[in-house]
Amino acid sequence: MPFWTIVYALLFYIATALLVGGLAYKIRQYAKTPAPLKIPTTPAPVTRQGVVLRMFREVAFFESLFRSNKWIWVFGYLFHFGMFLVLARHLRYFTNPVWTWVDLIQPFGLYAAFAMAAGLAGLWARRVFVDRVRYISALSDHLMLALLLAIALTGLGMDYITHTDIVALKAFFLGLMYFNWQPIPEDPLLLVHLGLVAALMIIFPVSKLLHAPGVFFSPTRNQVDNPRAEPGLRAHDSRHIAPWAAELDK
Amino acid sequence: MADFETPELKEYPVIPLLHEGVMAHSKPFIAKEQFQEPLGFPGELVDNWQQVAYDKMEELTGKYRSLQVFLDACVKCGACTDKCHYYLGTSDPKNMPVARQDLYRKVYRRKFTFAGKYFPRLVGAVDLTKEVLDDWYSYFHQCSQCRRCSVYCPYGIDTAEISMAAREVMDTIGVGQKYCNEIIGKVFKIGNNLGLPEPALADTLEGLEEDIEDETGVKVRLPLDEKGADVLVVTPSADFFAEPHVDGLMGYAKVFHEAGLSWTLSSHASEAANFGMFIGSYENMRKLSLRVREAALDLGVKRIIFGECGHAWRVAYSFLNTLAGPFDFLDPNYPVPQHILEFTHDLIQRGGITLDKSANDDMRLTFHDSCNIARASRMGAKPGGQFTIPREVIKASCNHFFDMPQDTIHDATYCCGGGGGLLTDDLMEIRVKGALPRMEALKHVVDEHGVTHMAAICAICKSQFAKVMPYYGFQMDSIVSVHQLVSNAIVMGNKQ
Repeated sequence: MPFWTIVYALLFYIATALLVGGLAYKIRQYAKTPAPLKIPTTPAPVTRQGVVLRMFREVAFFESLFRSNKWIWVFGYLFHFGMFLVLARHLRYFTNPVWTWVDLIQPFGLYAAFAMAAGLAGLWARRVFVDRVRYISALSDHLMLALLLAIALTGLGMDYITHTDIVALKAFFLGLMYFNWQPIPEDPLLLVHLGLVAALMIIFPVSKLLHAPGVFFSPTRNQVDNPRAEPGLRAHDSRHIAPWAAELDK
Repeated sequence: MADFETPELKEYPVIPLLHEGVMAHSKPFIAKEQFQEPLGFPGELVDNWQQVAYDKMEELTGKYRSLQVFLDACVKCGACTDKCHYYLGTSDPKNMPVARQDLYRKVYRRKFTFAGKYFPRLVGAVDLTKEVLDDWYSYFHQCSQCRRCSVYCPYGIDTAEISMAAREVMDTIGVGQKYCNEIIGKVFKIGNNLGLPEPALADTLEGLEEDIEDETGVKVRLPLDEKGADVLVVTPSADFFAEPHVDGLMGYAKVFHEAGLSWTLSSHASEAANFGMFIGSYENMRKLSLRVREAALDLGVKRIIFGECGHAWRVAYSFLNTLAGPFDFLDPNYPVPQHILEFTHDLIQRGGITLDKSANDDMRLTFHDSCNIARASRMGAKPGGQFTIPREVIKASCNHFFDMPQDTIHDATYCCGGGGGLLTDDLMEIRVKGALPRMEALKHVVDEHGVTHMAAICAICKSQFAKVMPYYGFQMDSIVSVHQLVSNAIVMGNKQ
């Protein structure tokens, strides 16, 4: 088995394990930590269905960010939904036969890569040129943008500059998935691209990328506005109370 | 007037450029031992304070999902950086919500995250040194916990949760704030923030009854500790004599009188305010809340109604059932608790009181949405009732009402600048500067519509505005209570 194949095969097993394990740990932590008080940012929905809708608007449209700052919204939206399409497009390397909807979005996925890169560039420009954002940026905040932008640009590079053997690449990843290793194409651009992706997977659970699972656990967004005893919303003999707080009543 | 400059009111709001450290000197008085101990906190900085602080931080992230998620989720996008009234008024970058959070987050990262433990320089993680602690004490007492930043954060990160945690950690190591902790001690000992004992309270209420009779010729009662009354009214103690609060209290009394409802105040629960929230102490907040339950049980009431107070309504509406419930001994046909405005609004809708709007014709009014009511509670059955109900009551009581600009009202409202335990003379500079965005919005309607008065429904807002408005060239009596307007307009004796 060629050297780079062994390195990248092991790298992706490790990266996947860290990503999945790390995220599972954090999600479990968020789920198990009690929310002792009702703190939805009001006006908030008074029903569970309403909260689901609020969360959907937040995740699908970045509703709060839109109210907050149109520039961050535009760049953030270009980046995230560009990346979403790009990731969806990449499913073709992991499925055989390729799912129909993945086939259908292939043409959009390409433009999405430009949107992703443009969004990242815009966010980075704000980090450098807006004094308030520059003040709050640590080195890691710049590096995170650099990493994502490098992933996008190396990916685009393989579309426009030097193509790689995507049939062999697909065989490599399917081989990883079914434990039947196949050689990886040894194009420098591809190896850099994949190395950066693995790095991103590894740092995901120990970085600010935790905002992805975190938003779903944010009490100000995911709680129903029904704290008080109120006809139709909460019975007079029911209360929202955390286990550790209930101990105080004893 | 003071040793700082009052910011200039501009035609249009401007986001200031950063001026590092300009508010680093702002610190409230530290609580001495006598104010710390009744709350269960050490009287001075403990020997191994650093370790005690770390342990407390770990305990808090285990107890509060909000804190754990908020510390992890921030991506430093910058959306909140121009949303805090204290940043807009001071231009100190540590008053940007994310930077304020980062004072806590950088210590959390250093001690409790992989990146901060092994790559502290990379992610800006630091130990809790004396310098960092000084920054905490300074800047976590420049946050009024108004939650405006949480409205605009894409993850709903609420700086209030973090400043509450920071204050709890500081209290635990013996670095408490005098203003809040002294007041909480007074409630434990006497029953209210002002330290007004039962005889003085009874005397005050009697005086108010006489005032109302002199003014209207009608004998309106302000009962105290009356067993068997239907309604227990819990109101901020400022309502007992501060201006314009007391005019609001007389308004409640007139409304109850006209409704023909038996009600009572309680000397045991003679305080709606709950400063336990400001210092982030669940235990103290619970102890304060239990007084309301005890009073309700003792007096045998059927309902509980809260008076005009912002954070008190948050604690009452959002937390009371959790802290002091269940209220299965009260009448299940009514929400527990109710807000006085819900009660008055309902009465107006049903034609239960008659209001003569012309009684307020000497005023052209606007309304200041109090932060804790706007963003942390509700009134009525529908979301947003906290905006419509007060306005409908005001409009039913006067002929001239004008809202301030859209991005300064409802859930985008600016804090008065004195909330969250900052309403103390030792923090006058930050209070005045923090009021800037609200004052600019007020000036807008003064210029456009000739507004003369601003109505509010929070004891802290009322006290704060009465004090800081003169700095900006407004009259101190141009702040009024909503129930003061009701009090002026209500036609007495109509329904008897």
